[in-house]
Amino acid sequence: MTKTDESGAAAGARTGRPRRRRVRFAVPLPLLLPGAVALAFLLLPLVALLLRAPWSSLPSLLTSPDVWQALQLSLFSATAATAVSLVLGVPLAWLLARTEFPGRGLVRALVTLPLVLPPVVGGVALLLALGRNGVVGQWLDAWFGITLPFTTTAVVIAESFVAMPFLVISVEGTLRAADPRYEEAATTLGASRFTAFRRVTLPLIAPGIAAGAVLAWARALGEFGATITFAGNFPGRTQTMPLAVYLALQNDPEAAIALSLVLLAVSIAVLAGLRDRWMTAP
Amino acid sequence: MTRSARRTRRTMQVAGVSVAALLALSACSSSGSSDSDSSAKTKSDTSSSASPKLSGSITVFAAASLKESFTTLKTDFEKAHPGTTVNFSFGGSDTLAAQITSGAPADVFAAASAKTMAIVTDKKDTATTPATFVRNQLEIATLPGNPDKVSSLKDLTKSSLKVVLCDKTVPCGAAAQKALDAAKLKLTPVSYEEDVKSALNKVVLKEADAAVVYKTDVKAAGSKVEGVEFPESANAVNDYPIALLKNAPNPTVAKAFIALVQSAEGQQVLNQAGFLKP
Amino acid sequence: MTTVPPPDSHGPTGLDAHLVVTRAAFHLDITLTAAPGEVVALLGPNGAGKTTALRALAGLTPLSAGRLRLDGEQLDGTPPESRPVGVVFQDYLLFPHLTALDNVAFGPRCQGATKAESRAVAAGWLDRMGLTAHAGDKPRRLSGGQAQRVALARALATRPRLLLLDEPLAALDARTRLDVRSQLRRHLAEFEAVAVLVTHDPLDAMVLADRLIVIEHGRIVQQGTPADIARHPRTDYIAHLVGLNLYRGRAEGHTVKLETGPAITVTEELTGDVFVAFPPSAVTLFRDRPTGVSARNLWRCEVAGLETHGDRIRADLTGELSLAADLTTVGAAELDLRPGVTVWATVKATQTHAYPA
Repeated sequence: MTKTDESGAAAGARTGRPRRRRVRFAVPLPLLLPGAVALAFLLLPLVALLLRAPWSSLPSLLTSPDVWQALQLSLFSATAATAVSLVLGVPLAWLLARTEFPGRGLVRALVTLPLVLPPVVGGVALLLALGRNGVVGQWLDAWFGITLPFTTTAVVIAESFVAMPFLVISVEGTLRAADPRYEEAATTLGASRFTAFRRVTLPLIAPGIAAGAVLAWARALGEFGATITFAGNFPGRTQTMPLAVYLALQNDPEAAIALSLVLLAVSIAVLAGLRDRWMTAP
Repeated sequence: MTRSARRTRRTMQVAGVSVAALLALSACSSSGSSDSDSSAKTKSDTSSSASPKLSGSITVFAAASLKESFTTLKTDFEKAHPGTTVNFSFGGSDTLAAQITSGAPADVFAAASAKTMAIVTDKKDTATTPATFVRNQLEIATLPGNPDKVSSLKDLTKSSLKVVLCDKTVPCGAAAQKALDAAKLKLTPVSYEEDVKSALNKVVLKEADAAVVYKTDVKAAGSKVEGVEFPESANAVNDYPIALLKNAPNPTVAKAFIALVQSAEGQQVLNQAGFLKP
Repeated sequence: MTTVPPPDSHGPTGLDAHLVVTRAAFHLDITLTAAPGEVVALLGPNGAGKTTALRALAGLTPLSAGRLRLDGEQLDGTPPESRPVGVVFQDYLLFPHLTALDNVAFGPRCQGATKAESRAVAAGWLDRMGLTAHAGDKPRRLSGGQAQRVALARALATRPRLLLLDEPLAALDARTRLDVRSQLRRHLAEFEAVAVLVTHDPLDAMVLADRLIVIEHGRIVQQGTPADIARHPRTDYIAHLVGLNLYRGRAEGHTVKLETGPAITVTEELTGDVFVAFPPSAVTLFRDRPTGVSARNLWRCEVAGLETHGDRIRADLTGELSLAADLTTVGAAELDLRPGVTVWATVKATQTHAYPA
């Protein structure tokens, strides 16, 4: 073992769990100023939305069954997409972080591709792959009689496609920061690599997974382009809140603002709730 | 087109441009030879009135369905009037109307429905009374070869068919609903698409078996879809109005362009794209 | 006709290993044998390859060549989870999300015991380590010494036939260290299988191990009992560790001619390549060339550095002979020693020790 190995290991052990300590210090202006501008920049459009909201028509909108339908579908599909991302994305993150294989750098770049792809293009790509006439989809149709477009499953697929990269990147980062020697310690105690992952690594990176899941959920909830392209728009089946908002915008901007507010309020409630429960875990 | 020429034009647009400045700039870029060229063309040009030489650029806000035909007309227009340029902003008529009423610097507005044009006239943003220059009619787009033997609007109600319609909030969806109501038919599509192009694309990609779209869209898709006319479409014909805008930076050129659109030559181009005469 | 022992002759025969690991700029090649009950320490400077050797024994680093046999069983290709090997890691690597009890129960659980059984086993080990009161604590609530004992209990709970300890005391402060060292010594003495310990601290090695193996640059440079190595160091590193001046040269009678030029007179009568060693306390320093002293073992040197060692001062000298000399504080003050001054150093022949190289 080299000297750097040892010091690195010791540092890893020390920084393994940062202590929570609040220190009062003067906030440097070069950080405070842009930070405040950033906050204002992010919040101003939302404030404008609040200011221009048609408060009087809000109650009737909120009791409309269409809105509830879209909201329910949005919450369900975003949660399902997050679940899909977790089940498939965490193992992918582990492979990227902990194994060596040729072309790993390329694979990592490909995983992030859905992040830069315009969602509508993603939706077209999904149609070309999984549509009734798609590369894989035609076999699904021929062998199992399954056609995905225009179904709620398609909504979940579209949202997973767009949201999973967030989870994979977040979890892979956490895995890279986590000390791989805990897994080694587990194997010397008789654990297979999978047992080591399940019983040691997974609990260790739980906060990172939670953060990634929240990101993915938020992204899935706001997903529009891939969903409308791949799954279409049918109330109760594939019309999620963002689709409802977009279409309302065509002839009733006030209703669109109101719907946006509902979506915002629900996301804030869920995200704030999750943050407190998950991200501040021991 | 050279890069510098393009940049010059953009600069002019952005600067919001007085006529004097425009003339000065075009004088710089034109030479004696182009002058004689333009006068030669003007003689053969039936659509433009024998007016003083046209120059400068105009911006036309036009419904997305007009893209192909208007682009053809632009080429004709600029050839007939050297020193002029026609810029387009194609989009959904509602979006364009909203941009115009918010002060977008446009000369001409060509909308896909009287309803959207009304948004602009209501705000008194037009300089001339909107005139209907074409009409568009609905048609059923089916897969190439029409494998499902669709021959009427009623055929679309078969449960084995996957049909997409436009959402009722966009013009093609409203028109389709009107036609369905007239035929007393109830049709449950697999999806209400956000615009006519995505409805058509679902058929092009063979994800849907049929869509109710405009004739012009079927024509633009070429052999990728097959059009089926249906009589109920007569109940839901869309008028396309065109108008000069009140704050048009270059009304002279704009008027000339509107004249071209309404001329026999313009109508022929639009007809080829599937539009009906007003 | 020769009788070949059956390859799987079981029964505790101990460790028989030839570890070869080749990496980009590093080559480890050591032979390591140990009898059951024996505690072997791998001692060496940073980067010598001790930890690599340990990882190779545990199966965490694959062997490039060589062999690894434990109690007659071939282990070369066995993955770490299937080796009867327990490891105490340098910073213990206790699983932070599990209590001390569950950390210790982890191994038995992986070996197939039920949750209740493995917890019972773990409780037994914690009891033996005197840690019953801390069974429910998470690792970050444990002191360094407690964590070390939990790590040892966790490694022992799998009933390994080879126990590996990587710098087991390095993470502890000086006071805890003394305490933990004697406890660890007791536990290792009770351990009936082979234990291999890696350390760069000679004191840890000497207190804990029955036999020392000194590794430098991936090779064994010396091995033997702690006492033997302390008396007869064979490299500068070991000499420095045990606090001796060490030289190599050719002996002819009582004179050892060093490779660097000067000669040292010794009491032993030897011929051929030898080592000469003497402690820094055997050196006497003068500011001026002493007159009453014989010219033997007298060297003109320059003070390169001074360092306090408890109540003594150690002077590092360069010149005709590089050596370390110990003086009392008073002696150093009387000589007015400063870096750069010239001094004369002498050593009595009776205080040197020469042995064949």
